[in-house]
Amino acid sequence: MATTPRTLQRPATGPAKRTRKGTQVWVSRLLLILFSVALLLPLYWMIATALKTDQELAVFPPTLFPQNPQWSNFREAVEYIPFFRFLRNTLSVTALTIVGAVVSNPLIAYGFSRLEWPGRDKVFMLVLASVFIPFPVVIIALFDIFAKLGWINTFLPLVVPIFFGSAFWIFLMRQFLMQIPMDISDAGRIDGANEFQVFSQLILPLTLPAVGVIGIFAALHAWNDFIGPLIYLQDESRYTLAIGLTFFRSQYDVQFNLLMAASTLVVLPVVVIFLLFQRAFLEGITLGSIK
Amino acid sequence: MSWLRSPLERRKLLLGLLFISPWIVGFLAFTVYPVLYTLRISFTRYSGFGEPMWVGLANYKALWTDTVFWQSLQNTLYYTALAVPIGVVVAMLMALAMNQPLREVSLYRAALYLPSVLPLFAVSFIFIALLDPNRGIFNQLMVALGLPNINWFGDPRYAKLGLVLLAQFGAGNTALVFLAGLKAIPKTLYEAAVLDGAGPVRRFWSVTLPLMTPVILYSLILGLSLGLQVFAQAYIITNGGPANATNFYVFYLYNQAFRYSSMGAASAMAWVLFIITLLLSLLIFRTSRRWVNYETVA
Repeated sequence: MATTPRTLQRPATGPAKRTRKGTQVWVSRLLLILFSVALLLPLYWMIATALKTDQELAVFPPTLFPQNPQWSNFREAVEYIPFFRFLRNTLSVTALTIVGAVVSNPLIAYGFSRLEWPGRDKVFMLVLASVFIPFPVVIIALFDIFAKLGWINTFLPLVVPIFFGSAFWIFLMRQFLMQIPMDISDAGRIDGANEFQVFSQLILPLTLPAVGVIGIFAALHAWNDFIGPLIYLQDESRYTLAIGLTFFRSQYDVQFNLLMAASTLVVLPVVVIFLLFQRAFLEGITLGSIK
Repeated sequence: MSWLRSPLERRKLLLGLLFISPWIVGFLAFTVYPVLYTLRISFTRYSGFGEPMWVGLANYKALWTDTVFWQSLQNTLYYTALAVPIGVVVAMLMALAMNQPLREVSLYRAALYLPSVLPLFAVSFIFIALLDPNRGIFNQLMVALGLPNINWFGDPRYAKLGLVLLAQFGAGNTALVFLAGLKAIPKTLYEAAVLDGAGPVRRFWSVTLPLMTPVILYSLILGLSLGLQVFAQAYIITNGGPANATNFYVFYLYNQAFRYSSMGAASAMAWVLFIITLLLSLLIFRTSRRWVNYETVA
């Protein structure tokens, strides 16, 4: 008696249900295509604008495709600013940032995940809380401190702090380390290895994928950083690409095609890294969202 | 502190501290000390050279009567109040759509996620070209849809909206965090809802959304904190203009510190921002008790 009305109330099964499911899928597909086009449009426009002549840029309404693609704009762009010097500076900062992040964060995260000690989780809460301190609260003081150390106009203010770990990367690494069975560490300890040997010889080799994720994120952080170079690098010879791009924008005019050509050159390596290591990027998201 | 008396516990503590020691040193040197140093400087007149001169609360009092300060705060709150909630809605739509059984979903995932990893400074330059009323494609699309041709970054009424638009370019990152949350919702809950006769809309409001509230809360708090610090876009695209429309809090703070060499005033602003961020986060947390679902699902 109790089951009969239930069966009657059940929503339509069979063809009707399948159609509704089908509509949902098609609406989702349409939505995702629209979003994808909207988000990739700026990148298309960057490349299209980069290839236009000055004359074509003056045409209104703007042409959707470059009528006479000017590949030489790229050469002009890298000659308009000391592009390769800025690139070398950016690469130096990036390389040092990767080293700093890869050396420090696994060690610190190990202390927060595979060692038991009183107060550990309270201290870790402090690590997480530090993310919410607005950067302006520290940057004025840091500038003053680094100035007194004579570090302004060097890469040191950008790179040295990285060697002391960053909350987000410690968090990611800790998530990964917690997934490794504790038996492995115990076995090493029974065999007489000290904790640093357990870390470096047993656990670290198992975390290489996560270390790779952190290396990629660190590279991205350095490549994408704008405020750090803006504040700490004041001499043109030290500028990174982030600051170099502002050269195309004078107060009265923007060299649209050259600016977009240079932007393309800055964005392109990130796109390539993304496409090559997409799984690592997604890994970062999944690790970061585990509670 | 009885645990300190046990030699084993003491050894464990020392070992733990040894492993995290780089973080301790860095936290003290690059966070704790600067935060306190900024507090001290905020009570002084200081140009960055010579000795800071103690002026008590003068910097804070000067902010209270500084109309540009209030405008920058207003601009920032306006921007954050739009960019963050819109970002959550856009990301949720993306995540819900990606949670459907689509064979080519990895393509959309890549297309939506890629923009969020690109350098913000480069994206800012791209948006100069994209939203240019004469040379941009965005306005051509708007005109084609019968909408007006807006001078986004040249008109004080629209400059902040242009930056809200730019912020959505990075929505894919949040969308993937949401998607991970959606995948974690047990299928049995939906099956039960279907048996109870709930349609897709009802299932979203009664199952999906309540279970997603912790993730939404997290992204709101993080978005708030980052939104209040909006800077690079305004520095690159509009230089605080037109007519101070994008003179955001941190932009004004940057000018105080590094253009006008008023380190004291900038430090006072930094601490006020810190307190505003804390108060607003607390406010969201307080109201969250009413809308966030912390029940664990078995």
